[in-house]
Amino acid sequence: MSAPILWIVIPFLTGVFIFLISSERYSAWVGGGVSAVLSAVAFFIPIDTALLLGTLSIKIAPAIQVFGRSFELNAADGLLLTIIYGLASLWFFGAKASGSQSRFVSFGLMIVALLTASIAVEPFLYAALLLEVAAMLVIPLLVPSYQRASQGVVRFLTYQTLAMPFILFSGWMLTGVEASPSDLGTTLQAGVMLALGFAFLFAVFPLYHWIPMLMEETPPYATGFLLWALPTFIAIFALGFLDRYTWLRNSPQLMSAIQFAGLFMVASGGIFAALQRHLGRILAYASISHTGLILLAFGLQSPQMAHLVFLTLIPRGLELAVWAFALSIIKRKAYSLQFSDVQGLSRIYPVATAALTFAHLSITGFPLLAGFPSRLALWQSLTNDLLLLFWVFVGMFGLLVAAMRTLAVFVMTEEPGWKLSEGWAQAVMLAVGVSGLFLLGIFPQILQPLLANIPSLFEHLGR
Amino acid sequence: MLEIVSWAAVALILFTATTMLIHSDWRITLGALALQYLAMFWLVTRHLPFAMGSVKLITGWMVVVILGMTRLGLTNIEEEEAFFPRGQAFRLALMSIVALVAAGASPRIETSIPGLGLPVIVGGLLLIGGGIIHLGLTTNILRVILGLLTMLAGFEILYAAIESAILVTGLLAVVNLGLGVVGSYLMLAGSTPLESEEDL
Repeated sequence: MSAPILWIVIPFLTGVFIFLISSERYSAWVGGGVSAVLSAVAFFIPIDTALLLGTLSIKIAPAIQVFGRSFELNAADGLLLTIIYGLASLWFFGAKASGSQSRFVSFGLMIVALLTASIAVEPFLYAALLLEVAAMLVIPLLVPSYQRASQGVVRFLTYQTLAMPFILFSGWMLTGVEASPSDLGTTLQAGVMLALGFAFLFAVFPLYHWIPMLMEETPPYATGFLLWALPTFIAIFALGFLDRYTWLRNSPQLMSAIQFAGLFMVASGGIFAALQRHLGRILAYASISHTGLILLAFGLQSPQMAHLVFLTLIPRGLELAVWAFALSIIKRKAYSLQFSDVQGLSRIYPVATAALTFAHLSITGFPLLAGFPSRLALWQSLTNDLLLLFWVFVGMFGLLVAAMRTLAVFVMTEEPGWKLSEGWAQAVMLAVGVSGLFLLGIFPQILQPLLANIPSLFEHLGR
Repeated sequence: MLEIVSWAAVALILFTATTMLIHSDWRITLGALALQYLAMFWLVTRHLPFAMGSVKLITGWMVVVILGMTRLGLTNIEEEEAFFPRGQAFRLALMSIVALVAAGASPRIETSIPGLGLPVIVGGLLLIGGGIIHLGLTTNILRVILGLLTMLAGFEILYAAIESAILVTGLLAVVNLGLGVVGSYLMLAGSTPLESEEDL
């Protein structure tokens, strides 16, 4: 057995199988179970190392060849796979309880498999193609067959498709830059191409308007999954670029541009979130602001950069899962998710509204919650630039205002008495999610094994 | 002789890209797309083996069939949105600008990347420009997909000259087919009745 077959082919085929049997009752359990098992295997069985179980010897080979190119997952990727499939299993287990379509799990598994392939493919540049295929698979999740396609979906597809040629061309040009680093013209062209490609992929300002549109028009759970999965793998892909090309990570101009883009996203996302009156749009702007934080971490020219990116990325999966799950439950009661429709909902859905608020506060960087350690580390890294710090604070403050407004709307009722309208499965899952947020916030050292492993994931970053 | 055929392919690309831009009839537009893939095939085979070029041609025609069959089955389709600028003269002017830019930029690109060949560069740039104009002028799903396919076709012509890996050709074929299938799905979405009560 080889690692790419185990973590790419098997989940993909499982997704196809679930799609074909189309059983709503079991799909969440099968998908979640397969992901959990893959996560456990990645954690307990090291890749490319012989493991003796009595007389039985198990060894997972790291690579396979496909059409002359290789897909490779090394021992260092083990913890990354653990986290990816662990978080994916959370999303899939929650699918049924959130009321998502049955195909969420099948397409979700295929998407995660393709995204895993994007970190395994060599040359790593081909990841752009796999990211595009994954983005196309997201479409059926966003647009149920009975609903007309919205403009947000069309723009999402357009931007993801536009990104691919830029990335592929820039990769080819970067090879030329490597060969003759003194050629400033080619360097500039390659840099611009690369920046445009990642601007489309990361949805950098002003290319992020499709995210609020999606959150308003499409199922929140599926969109939340998209907002977790794609940026996570795109960030890993971008780290690959920085690791591979020395001049990229040593270019102060490029790093300043990345930081500026990130700062703009953090500040504008926070400010716009504070001005929204729609719960879905608030989530959208919060995720934009969070992506901005990841870009800010990218712009840090220090050995801690990769650590900070992962420290910011990992809690994002849990935060968005809890937030989107709670939104899905609320959306069943208040279809529009406008403030006017969710007033006083904390009396009817106390667990969902509380979980939503905690997830929101966590993304804001509230102490004791999962987002806090990464914000603290980021603020410490930015202390030499007060202006930068000020605008990050503005963005985070905007998110906090949005959280307070949401909370105020939830408790705004004159009706006495409480009622627990969530199902037991929903309540348990939300409670587990919120506990995870607190656990990661109070004991951030849980992530230490992964963070310590980062230097082995890359050749140059994190050293 | 080969050079003349290549320039004929470029002329065909200019014709089909313009036709797709100015005609509102989906049958004519899809026909132009099919012809466009033929011209693309010729330009791609300047740098790729015949078999790999054929993959792109067959994929392209499959996409045309997928989109055509889907559109044929739709009855209550809203006509393309009427927003300014929608005049044919304006679209023709835009395509002329693209042609001028392609003609102007191609010699420079040929200098910086020798060996590509002028017809390949001009053909690629025309399609990329035509596709982007298409995307900028419409929000109609079929036309957005056509714009993306046109833009990708132009990119593939240029990229074939610098990358000949089978895996890339295969993945690009998957992307093209995927766009066709996704486009069909998006066109069909909303026109089918609810599957079950759960869908509500």
